Amino acid sequence: MNVVRHRLFWPVAMLVALLLSNLFFTPDFFSIEVRDGHLFGSLIDILRQGAPLMLVALGMTLVIATSGIDLSVGAVVAISGAMACQQIAGLDDQGAVGGVLVAVALALALSAGLGAWNGFLVSVVGIQPIIATLILMVAGRGVAQVITDGQIVNVNSPPYKTIAAGFLFGIPVPVIIAAGVVALVAVVIRRSAFGMLLESVGGNAGASRLAGIRSRRLIIIAYVVCAVCAGVAGLMVSSTVSSADGNNNGLLIELDAILAVVIGGTSLLGGRFSIAGTVIGALLIKTLDTTVYTIGIPPEVALLFKAVVVVILCLVQSPAFRAKFARRQPAEVTA
Amino acid sequence: MIDLKTRPPLNVADRVRAIPVRQKYLPVTATAVLLALMYGLGVINYPGFSDTQIVLNVFVDNAFLLVVAVGMTFVILTGGIDLSVGSVVALTTMIVALLLENGWPAAVVLPVALLMGATIGFLMGLMIHYFDVQPFIATLAGMFLARGLCYVISTDSISIDNPFWVSVANAQLWFGGFFITISVLIALVVVLVAAYVLAYTTFGRDVYAVGGNPQSAMLMGLRVGRTRIAVYTISGLCSALGGVVLSFYMLSGYGLHASGMELDAIAAVVIGGTLLTGGSGYLFGTVLGVLVLGLIQTIITFQGDLSSWWTKIFIGMFLFVFIVLQRAVTRRRR
Repeated sequence: MNVVRHRLFWPVAMLVALLLSNLFFTPDFFSIEVRDGHLFGSLIDILRQGAPLMLVALGMTLVIATSGIDLSVGAVVAISGAMACQQIAGLDDQGAVGGVLVAVALALALSAGLGAWNGFLVSVVGIQPIIATLILMVAGRGVAQVITDGQIVNVNSPPYKTIAAGFLFGIPVPVIIAAGVVALVAVVIRRSAFGMLLESVGGNAGASRLAGIRSRRLIIIAYVVCAVCAGVAGLMVSSTVSSADGNNNGLLIELDAILAVVIGGTSLLGGRFSIAGTVIGALLIKTLDTTVYTIGIPPEVALLFKAVVVVILCLVQSPAFRAKFARRQPAEVTA
Repeated sequence: MIDLKTRPPLNVADRVRAIPVRQKYLPVTATAVLLALMYGLGVINYPGFSDTQIVLNVFVDNAFLLVVAVGMTFVILTGGIDLSVGSVVALTTMIVALLLENGWPAAVVLPVALLMGATIGFLMGLMIHYFDVQPFIATLAGMFLARGLCYVISTDSISIDNPFWVSVANAQLWFGGFFITISVLIALVVVLVAAYVLAYTTFGRDVYAVGGNPQSAMLMGLRVGRTRIAVYTISGLCSALGGVVLSFYMLSGYGLHASGMELDAIAAVVIGGTLLTGGSGYLFGTVLGVLVLGLIQTIITFQGDLSSWWTKIFIGMFLFVFIVLQRAVTRRRR
């Protein structure tokens, strides 16, 4: 009973159910093999492809914890990829590690700048988060295209390719990066006062101001972290295809990320947040995408399938729905 | 000693506030002034811009956006948001094209399409009100659902050659050397009806009350649930009507029609001075917001040498300017 009550029970149950349903259609779904010292398998693929979403959702969690929202992450993904690829394309030797590192640093610095802009609009100017970030969401894809001059920039750089396709100790690099960032943020947040301050600002901005919390700086930091996470995701996305497409890189990733956060049990109203929940939410969404392919659901129906799962998840997580459901079937709760 | 008599010098925002316009009309007025400035800029810089037909064409090209933005205004006034509108527009064009292709008469197709939109809106409203699902998430699910249904019907574009549809699409209403289309007429009727409902009916009052403070509205005995479900139903209906209008404009049904349009609709409503927190704003502002977006497109077309991606940057910049201005003007009111 206590297990069912845990706020991560339903997302985890759904994730397990999805994974098991895959097993039903592809018996070797859970098998992980080692080829040339590298790990391969469907589960590894989910982790690898889910890394960008996980990063974006992680940043989004912090922003949502402050009772904000960041719609511009998709645009930041595009801008960061465009910046990095444009820089690398301009190098004499695209294989030079130093040059690629400079490009990556530039892209991340730009992302951080964009995050600071969002944070400035929200905390200093006092614009509603959804509108403040809508500005960059609309303009951002235009900016990405200005950076690449409207072209799709292709790069042929082995070091850059490593970000998405490389392996370290047999584990895919994107998985390591995502896990590293999640661990770093989790430690900083839960081992310092930062997380608690974020929750207090999101829970009641007025009260936390009276308690002497400098919410302005906290909010700006949250948006900067979110944008940098999106920037790293942008590097991964553009590295996967070795090109930067300002129009399509990271398209609609903001919606998936917000969905991942909400599925993970963080309320859009701010306050309490769960990083573990977000990670599970992101994995759930990626598993959903993968399941669609492995079960053989035609791609046309994929969105429909996703909609149904989202509705079911939202309903089982809704206290109002559960109250109604439980009243009719009390046995369900104790089962 | 502090000299209490010295008044601090007026800053720009204070001076704007000093203009004798009633406070509640300030955001709309600001938008109207900026719109006039933009238009003046266009007339000065580009020959042929002053042609009245240019203004009418903004309506012709954006009639569907206007209809959808009207529905969005209702939702935003209650403090909600509807992300599903673009997908419902696409789904409507798809259903219209499919049914017409199968030989259904236009008189049946039209109500079926509108009913479909209203039903999707109604279901989202139910989810939001009865199950406490946040509007952002519930309508996001609606967005996936509608877009998904489009691809279930077909992944290709279906063209429309029904005689009624084609004749409506090609009809031009001429008056004094200028013309508008039937779509514009539909959009204007929708705007007038919606403006009347919001300003002069109990339902309109309920919408503002629920947006202003749902708790107070409930304590006052207003039917909060009915109002909230109704606004999403209206938004769904408007989206479907917008889809019908778009199918007149495009003469085809396609799952990729109107992608990202929910943002245009939200931007139009916001530029029009309606607060996303609900309870404050006017439908007339939304009309101005749509005109601003349309005029940006027109100016960029006239400029000619600007690449299409500048449109996005300009819309973003204008959003920024409008929002900061409104913020400055309305800051002390809240």
